[in-house]
Amino acid sequence: MATKTIRVDSLARVEGEGALSLRISGGRVESAELRIVEPPRFFEAFLRGRDYRETPDIVARICGICPAAYQMSAVHAIENAFGARVEGPLRALRRLLYCGEWIESHALHVVMLHAPDYLGFPDAVSLAHKYPDRVRDGLALKKAGNAIMRLLGGREVHPVNVCPGGFYRVPDRAELVPLARELEEACELAAGLVRWVAAFPFPEFERDYEFVALRHPGEYPFNEGRLVSNRGLDIDISDYESEFEERQVPHSTALHSMLKRRGSYLTGPLARYALNFDRLPPAVQALAEEAGLGPVCRNPFKSIVVRALEIAFACEEALRIVSEYAPPNASTVPVAPRAATGFGCTEAPRGICWHRYDFEADGAIEAARIVPPTAQNQPSIEADLAEVASQLLNEPDETIRDRCEQMIRNYDPCISCATHFLKLSIER
Amino acid sequence: MAPATRPRLAVWKFASCDGCQLTLLDCEDELLALADAVHIAYFPEASSAMEEGPYDLSLVEGSITTPADAERIREVRRQSRRLVTIGACATAGGIQALRNFADVNEFTAAVYASPQYIETLATSTAISAHVPVDFELRGCPINKMQLLEVITAFLVGRKPSITAHSVCIECKRRGTVCVMVQGLPCLGPVTHAGCGAICPAYRRGCYGCYGPMETPNMRALTQEWRSLGASPREIRLALRTFNAAAEAFSKESELHGD
Repeated sequence: MATKTIRVDSLARVEGEGALSLRISGGRVESAELRIVEPPRFFEAFLRGRDYRETPDIVARICGICPAAYQMSAVHAIENAFGARVEGPLRALRRLLYCGEWIESHALHVVMLHAPDYLGFPDAVSLAHKYPDRVRDGLALKKAGNAIMRLLGGREVHPVNVCPGGFYRVPDRAELVPLARELEEACELAAGLVRWVAAFPFPEFERDYEFVALRHPGEYPFNEGRLVSNRGLDIDISDYESEFEERQVPHSTALHSMLKRRGSYLTGPLARYALNFDRLPPAVQALAEEAGLGPVCRNPFKSIVVRALEIAFACEEALRIVSEYAPPNASTVPVAPRAATGFGCTEAPRGICWHRYDFEADGAIEAARIVPPTAQNQPSIEADLAEVASQLLNEPDETIRDRCEQMIRNYDPCISCATHFLKLSIER
Repeated sequence: MAPATRPRLAVWKFASCDGCQLTLLDCEDELLALADAVHIAYFPEASSAMEEGPYDLSLVEGSITTPADAERIREVRRQSRRLVTIGACATAGGIQALRNFADVNEFTAAVYASPQYIETLATSTAISAHVPVDFELRGCPINKMQLLEVITAFLVGRKPSITAHSVCIECKRRGTVCVMVQGLPCLGPVTHAGCGAICPAYRRGCYGCYGPMETPNMRALTQEWRSLGASPREIRLALRTFNAAAEAFSKESELHGD
């Protein structure tokens, strides 16, 4: 029987450069590969010898879409190594910054990059001709997220205010007042966004994922928690390397992150939601119910609804933090370097972002390891691709290609982040 | 305007974090108006409609780090009437140019289990090292108002109004008290303006993410840093970040050792 290969050489509406290759032979999908053509930038190499205080500024540059996630994982790892603990209003401000990043990153993806797939448009600009109010509302939401980033971080991309121990400067109450007004509006817009995307036509598709996310005793997770899964994983973040590994698989062009005992897993909005539904505020749970979503969603095409729900959560959480805020006495807690290893793991918009740093006594970095969310999701993306393509074998190439591209965008893959992706050439 | 008569815009990515092209999408209030004024013909991060060239204006993000990209940028230049680099990677090689001061094979081995599969150049270089560039917009990341100014200027055929003085002027305009006179080492005096002097307003020294200003007095600045107690290692590290390969910063960094 004929063998055919469907290729998409340049994936659109993903952050970074990726390509897709699908090999169909003998009436079945032989391989599905998400090729990463992003050139390596060697962050873990040039971090060696750098001072701990520079780390948040440097690792931010791994990703322009979610710089705060890298900053948060880094400062938590530093504080973990040096025995410092950030509590109270400083901790709340970090959560607020993370709310800002989730809102801007999720709104970008939901409205600008992902919604066009469901409604048959190539991009948000053409979508805006048919749905001008929806696109304008989406941009307003994104702007609200960026307003938080700008106030707390100084700017939207690569904020400058995060440091080990807290912030360089903390806002006073009066500075947060305009945010409250913008966030009240954003809460309304987010609820509208959930209702809009929940009515999109979704392909019938489910997979039995192992979801991996942080879980905190009382909060929907941003900065802290244990690493848990729906198949019994429940570990401290410092034990990550004993449970997870990066494997080189022969059919692939990238290092794949796997659970040592069980293989591929899923991190990101679907996983966070499934493992932490009970930590969402009642209003967001009610919104989920209205959107027809149970406490667990295994259809990756519905990740757009979960992202919209997470925007609604982040808007509400940000508003709560802003209204309860009383400035701390100092903008940082003391952080004194020592020879130690520290771990940080936080929930980037796309999933867990895990960092480990070994420090010398003067605070210089001896070794760094950074595992970004998209690298972890890659095996899962490929398994989804094989599955979705096998359901469409009798369809024209065009249909298979479009559906596969959409499947990849379900993950909001941020390929620039993926410091671990590598290009591999194989002779056959 | 009809698509046929509007200028055609393309956005390209090389080695980078995507933050500068995201800045275009961060123009929440201006984006739809911009999309009316220009025809966005090629912008893969935002649209799956990827049209063939030629293009009236190409915005190029990222640095050249692979043999394939060194070829690709020539093709981009051939297709583009005007080519503007956006950000520190495209303009100075970016943070990934730290490999230029090290052994790239050692870097590869430090990150990857099978370094023999990595296809990379020994250096990360600015776009201008490979093809002629019509304008270089600085910053890590770029400033969105400056980006809109540059696009506007090229559309109407005038020079962009982007000043090349130091961050110090922006601190004065913002009313920020100099952090250096308060004892904080700051790269503001030698750094190109454009960010709006954010860092000093947040009570920290400028860390030079817009690269060298037009006439930086590097020696005077590093002497001042020494008198504020900065070690040679700290000075070298400060100069070797997002614009490490910009000539003024890289030359001065060589003079300050561990």
